[in-house]
Amino acid sequence: MRLGKRYRYDSKAIDGMSTTNQIADLALKPGQSTRKTRQWFSAATTRAYTMVLALAAVWIIFTIITQGVFLEPRNLSNLIRQTAVTGVLSVGMVMVIVAGQIDLSVGSLVGLSGMVAVLVQTELHWGLIASLLTAITVGLIIGALQGWLTAYIQIPSFIVTLGGLLAWRGVAKGISGGNTYPVEIRAFKALGQSYLSPATGIVLGSIAIATITWSVLRSNAARKRHGFEAWGGANLAVRISVPAALIFIFIAVLNSYAGFPIPVLIFLTIALAGAFVMGNTPFGRYLYSIGGNSEAARLSGINLRTHITATFCILGALSGVAGIIYTARVGSAGPDAGTLLELDAIAACVIAGASLKGGSGTVFGACLGALFMTSLDNGMSLKNVPDFIQDIVKGAILVSAVGLDVTRRRGN
Amino acid sequence: MENTHSDRPQLLQMINITKTFPGERALDSVSFDLYSREIHALVGENGAGKSTLMKILGGVYPQYRGEIRIRGELQHFRNVHHAVRTGVTIVFQELSLVQQLSVGENIFLGRVPNRFGILHWDELYSESGAFLKALGLDLNPRAKVAGLGAAQQQLIEIAKALSQKPSILVLDEPTAALTEAETATLFAILRKLRSQEIGIIYISHRLEEVFDISDRITVLRDGRTAGTEYTRKLNQDQVIARMVGRQISQIYPKSERKPGETILEIRGLCAEDDAGTPVLEDVSFSLRRGEVLGIAGLMGAGRTELLMAIFGAWPGRISGEILIENRRVTITCPADAIACGMGFVTEDRKGSGLVLDQTVLSNMTLVALKEVSGRFITHQLREIAATEPLVAKLRIKAASRFTIADTLSGGTQQKLVLAKWLLSNPRILFLDEPTRGVDIGAKQEIYGIINDLAHSGMAVALVSSELPEILALSDRILVMREGRLTGEFAREQATPEAVMACATGQALPV
Repeated sequence: MRLGKRYRYDSKAIDGMSTTNQIADLALKPGQSTRKTRQWFSAATTRAYTMVLALAAVWIIFTIITQGVFLEPRNLSNLIRQTAVTGVLSVGMVMVIVAGQIDLSVGSLVGLSGMVAVLVQTELHWGLIASLLTAITVGLIIGALQGWLTAYIQIPSFIVTLGGLLAWRGVAKGISGGNTYPVEIRAFKALGQSYLSPATGIVLGSIAIATITWSVLRSNAARKRHGFEAWGGANLAVRISVPAALIFIFIAVLNSYAGFPIPVLIFLTIALAGAFVMGNTPFGRYLYSIGGNSEAARLSGINLRTHITATFCILGALSGVAGIIYTARVGSAGPDAGTLLELDAIAACVIAGASLKGGSGTVFGACLGALFMTSLDNGMSLKNVPDFIQDIVKGAILVSAVGLDVTRRRGN
Repeated sequence: MENTHSDRPQLLQMINITKTFPGERALDSVSFDLYSREIHALVGENGAGKSTLMKILGGVYPQYRGEIRIRGELQHFRNVHHAVRTGVTIVFQELSLVQQLSVGENIFLGRVPNRFGILHWDELYSESGAFLKALGLDLNPRAKVAGLGAAQQQLIEIAKALSQKPSILVLDEPTAALTEAETATLFAILRKLRSQEIGIIYISHRLEEVFDISDRITVLRDGRTAGTEYTRKLNQDQVIARMVGRQISQIYPKSERKPGETILEIRGLCAEDDAGTPVLEDVSFSLRRGEVLGIAGLMGAGRTELLMAIFGAWPGRISGEILIENRRVTITCPADAIACGMGFVTEDRKGSGLVLDQTVLSNMTLVALKEVSGRFITHQLREIAATEPLVAKLRIKAASRFTIADTLSGGTQQKLVLAKWLLSNPRILFLDEPTRGVDIGAKQEIYGIINDLAHSGMAVALVSSELPEILALSDRILVMREGRLTGEFAREQATPEAVMACATGQALPV
């Protein structure tokens, strides 16, 4: 900082936006990479890479100890279907966690919404669409209620949803009289059990690849339009070919067993929508700000109450969706369905780097986390590891993963 | 008391202390010493490095280069506790009392008299009561701290520090919240302490007080020592010249402004806190286009509360009228205020200004996100394009627009908060302590920015605890005390003495 030298601003200052000062130390030129930039990108992406590596490590270990059974298309198809329920919940859970809140009631909500969906079929003889809408509406209304209690009445969400964990399970037990009801509508079951034909899978994959290509080219055009350096040919090729190859492999593996599972289709659709909301909308950005510094967000004109209530509504509705998938997959609704699912969903978010203090976490990470947690379940079940050991292993891995992350951050 | 130090050993020597933070060198081989039975004042502008130097001494920053010797013995404090055990106690500017506990409990915090873990309440209160009395403080040790004013809390902080029986006591701006009478009480205590085996380091912005109480003065400027001298050999002008390194007139922009028509008018604004205690009483004033309206007052006078109340951010009850361009408006939340064209650069940039773990870009677009990026879908490139001119205009020095806000220097963070609000094109801008804790260079730039904004027709309300800043920048000055307006001055009439008299409620000496 040079002292003694008088600095003059263009007096038409801000509104005119006329830049008379060409400042040398303004290192904010497009395309320029500096030490600090790289540092930040690595900090944010290290966690994602670590998650991918950890997942790969777990898969390799399970492949070895199961003599390859783990990696067979049949098991992978199973694994990804099992991920669907936790995955759908994690997408909503990560939003709630990013906003600095928590929801412990989702497991009970999965049970209740699934139960309601089946009861309206068996008792009231409602059709497919009506029963689906009922389940989602139950989740949405309960989410709205819990969000309202948290945001407007200002009861901590931990308490509100701890109460919900008990109460909604109680309601599920009450309306079912403790009985298990089979799903009546076949199309409903299909949502949890059926597969798309291989041809449909290929069409879907092609559409996905086409969409990726289109969006990469479009953002490249936008870069040019805004006067930024456009990506080179190699860069473009990588940005298109890597996801395309992954999609191709994914479809091929699923098709070599039974096809693309419908619950996975639902999950991936929700995950993409969730990632878009969190990354590309003002709503998502506001959630990160609210979780990162609620006072700064409030004073910047962001309505904390509506945003927090909205996230609980989203998670509630997604719990309804998860309840449908869960019930459809099992083929019946029991009073204990979905027990402890909230912990899997929270673990999935946290293991992928979401902080319970709020302000950090990604939908992509939460989905990887869900896949990771389900992989542990799946692999250990393949080897017939007793239940109690599965629980111990999952608990230990969760705590050590977060512990490693915390110590590494402190080290920096 | 005449001090000649040659015959006494030094109590404290800090030799060539250098401290760097990411992106800035806060201290550059600073040396400082202290004798017992001495009050050594440390003065300098905000950001000159006073607090950093004291935080190194107090073990808050264990990583530095240089030597600290206490009674000749080399020391390296690893943490605050270590420093306290060695006899160094610091009373920081920010109050750190536990609000829910009593005065006595706070004084003995962590050292409460007990037998096998069972508290001895009588002993606690009789001891703390005696201790307060010995200091000449008339305070009930059983009173809850939360119910006391800022001034009393400040005195309790000092009592708490003294109860640790330090040989070196550091006071960082102890009089910021005190009236003159309370300052006199404090000085009586300090003079009594000086006659004992204790050395006191006294940090203050108020040069009159520094000259009143200190034996020696060390001036810090931009992280370096700008001289140490016996107080009696100096006068205020010399100290100021050393503090700023040039004439004051160069720091503040010269400007001839003609404020336009009234844009904001406040009538009979009252506010209460959650407990129903009034924090603002019948405040009325107006603000004109192209005007900088300074709001002066002591800490706790209600200045921040006033801005918060107008901005719809005050959590308690509010009554009164707000008129914008002669039309009555209802502002119930910050979003309403923003819609009315207001912006509010808050006092505490880390606590309420920035989302520290987010990027420069996200922070800048927090207020105007929907306008600059897209109502339903955000477009990063649009955000970059929209913020680029402001980054250049305000000279926001960050390695990249994706740098995390937490890693920036205080001055850059402050400009970031400013940029966040300017991006929303406000017509009325509230600035609450916009230069607190930023280095002198950034300060000067911020002054230039404020001046230019007013020139371009923006109405600016400026709250600052630095009187020279208010006096130099404002077209008009309001003074607050205990939630009321107690004075209004045109630029030409405002003198430091007159403004302080209104702020403290004491009559001018005639």
